[in-house]
Amino acid sequence: MPSTRPKLAVFKFASCDGCQLTLLDCEDELLALAGRIEIADFREASRRVVEGPFDLTLVEGSVTTPEDIPRLHEIRANSRVLVTIGACATAGGIQGLRNFADVAEYQRVVYAHPEYIRSLATSTPIQDHVPVDFELRGCPISRAQLLEVISAYLGGRSPNVPRESVCVECKRRGTVCVVVAHGTPCLGPVTQTGCGAICPSFHRGCYGCFGPQDTSNAPALSQKLVQLGMDSPSLARFYRTFNANAPAFRAASDAARPSPSPEGA
Amino acid sequence: MTRRGVTRNLDIVIAGASLERVPEFLTDERKSGRTPGMTEPAVGEKRILARADFPIFLGALRDLGYRVVGPTVRDGAIVYGPITRVEDLPIGWTERQDAGAYRLDRRSDGALFGYVVGPHSWKKYLFPAHERLWTASREGSRFAMAPEPVDGPSFAFLGVRACELASIAIQDRVFARAGDPGYAARRTRTLRIAVQCGQAGGTCFCASMGTGPAVGPSHDLALTEILTPQRHSFLVEVGSVAGARVLATVPLWPATAEDERAVERIVARTAASMGRRMDVSGIRDLLVNNPGHPRWELVGQRCLACTNCTMVCPTCFCQTTEEVPNLSGEKVERWRRWDSCFNSAFSELHGSPIRKSTSSRYRQWMTHKLATWHDQFDSSGCVGCGRCITWCPVGIDITEEVAAIRVAPATPRAAGDRT
Repeated sequence: MPSTRPKLAVFKFASCDGCQLTLLDCEDELLALAGRIEIADFREASRRVVEGPFDLTLVEGSVTTPEDIPRLHEIRANSRVLVTIGACATAGGIQGLRNFADVAEYQRVVYAHPEYIRSLATSTPIQDHVPVDFELRGCPISRAQLLEVISAYLGGRSPNVPRESVCVECKRRGTVCVVVAHGTPCLGPVTQTGCGAICPSFHRGCYGCFGPQDTSNAPALSQKLVQLGMDSPSLARFYRTFNANAPAFRAASDAARPSPSPEGA
Repeated sequence: MTRRGVTRNLDIVIAGASLERVPEFLTDERKSGRTPGMTEPAVGEKRILARADFPIFLGALRDLGYRVVGPTVRDGAIVYGPITRVEDLPIGWTERQDAGAYRLDRRSDGALFGYVVGPHSWKKYLFPAHERLWTASREGSRFAMAPEPVDGPSFAFLGVRACELASIAIQDRVFARAGDPGYAARRTRTLRIAVQCGQAGGTCFCASMGTGPAVGPSHDLALTEILTPQRHSFLVEVGSVAGARVLATVPLWPATAEDERAVERIVARTAASMGRRMDVSGIRDLLVNNPGHPRWELVGQRCLACTNCTMVCPTCFCQTTEEVPNLSGEKVERWRRWDSCFNSAFSELHGSPIRKSTSSRYRQWMTHKLATWHDQFDSSGCVGCGRCITWCPVGIDITEEVAAIRVAPATPRAAGDRT
């Protein structure tokens, strides 16, 4: 008897699988979830595959090879609602660092036979190639936010995923500001919340895992970071991690250290 | 008061003194040969509490069922948390504060309250950052609503500064107007033990705002720490019946005219050492008449829209309410969380924020805080505690912003013209 539950699919592109693993980490909620939604295609969880079209598709990873593009278009055509999950899918991920460098040179250095490698010069988010219904940020994504997105889909409402800064959560938790009280560099003021403000609670600055907050003023933060003693290369590296290719962080790192232009190569 | 109670409390002082290893018995009132009084003072009366008897004072609060919370050192700052013994207080600590900078520092003495205010404020107890308001469960085709119980611990706030008493009074008005049952219940149960500031911080300007440094009359108990090489004690002023009750089992000495003069000198010294000042004359009209001032654009370029100023502000009360359903859709909870006018979602209507630019959000915050708050709640929303200056990561200084607008105000506009 065919299921009447909405069909969920999970697909991946260039990524570490950590974000889709978050779905399996929902141990306490997984049974309730499976009661509301049919897990139709989720290779990390099961070999059983139910054909599309899918009602809700989660896409992890970034576009890095020529084959990715037609495959992505096919997934989009087969999905009613498409949600991208994680920094790779929403910003290009850590592999987005190639966007600041010469990929051919990397291939010569890393691989014995670079001629077997066929790769794009850039790592780009899913949104650059197909329309996306919702982007869920994070490296990795938050379990609670993933459940909120699925729950919102099932309830026919918008997900409640704040776009505000990490500072909001630090202050709600009562964490002492590491910038003001310790002089520790922190991306929290320009980064979107969602992680629970973990790093500052362990006296570390924010690494920007959730990408730029919606009113991100990186130039003003950069001035402060320079005052704290950061030199230009360190400042550029500070913004160039998991969300290096997110426009606000990309602009901030370019301003700190203009990248050698790969376009001329 | 029973004889038994006194005996028990004297046991505590001996235990407390041995823990501290400070021979304060030799330097405080006990040395005078006088004996402490053991009668409950009346409201308005003043007494002397010896530093060595502070553990008895904390014990008396606990015996009355209060959960004592107050300043304590954590993560490189003085924050508010549980105080179970006198050593939990930041003994011998102080801090240096400036715009965007805070550093703990050692004092050369053993003062219990030798610092000003840190990143926390008492609002975290009266207006918690996360609060469930109600739960609704599906029952067939209907919902059953269960409001959140408003019971909870009775807090004794230990070390409430003058500016903070003023900020609690402001939030009392805000939440009373909103008819907030949770706030009212928590506030009614709370005992406020004020402490006069013995020094001002680098970003303090309570003297400009008329909220300090002298502690006003609205408290349950007010302490002034008198600390000299010869003496370490507290002048205690009784502000309420609840405060008097605490003192019933605490040994107290009479306060002399010299003690009162010492307190006056401490307050005067603090008033003279304010790190900042703000000219508030005509400030409502100044800000309301300057919505187009170029300074807003300049501050908008520096502002991170990170919300730190509003989160640390002891009077900011902005909040968001969220419905949190479970996966099955059978149960939903309404939660209230701290929010900020610096968040774009805060002014979102019909899918788009009204205040898109950061400069418009900064203008909204400062104009509300210093100007239109008067219209809404009959006072300024600013108490001059300086937290927004210290805890702004990029050091935006509200006193500087006011001064800049005052130096070159725009041509006054007609009332109502606020585009």
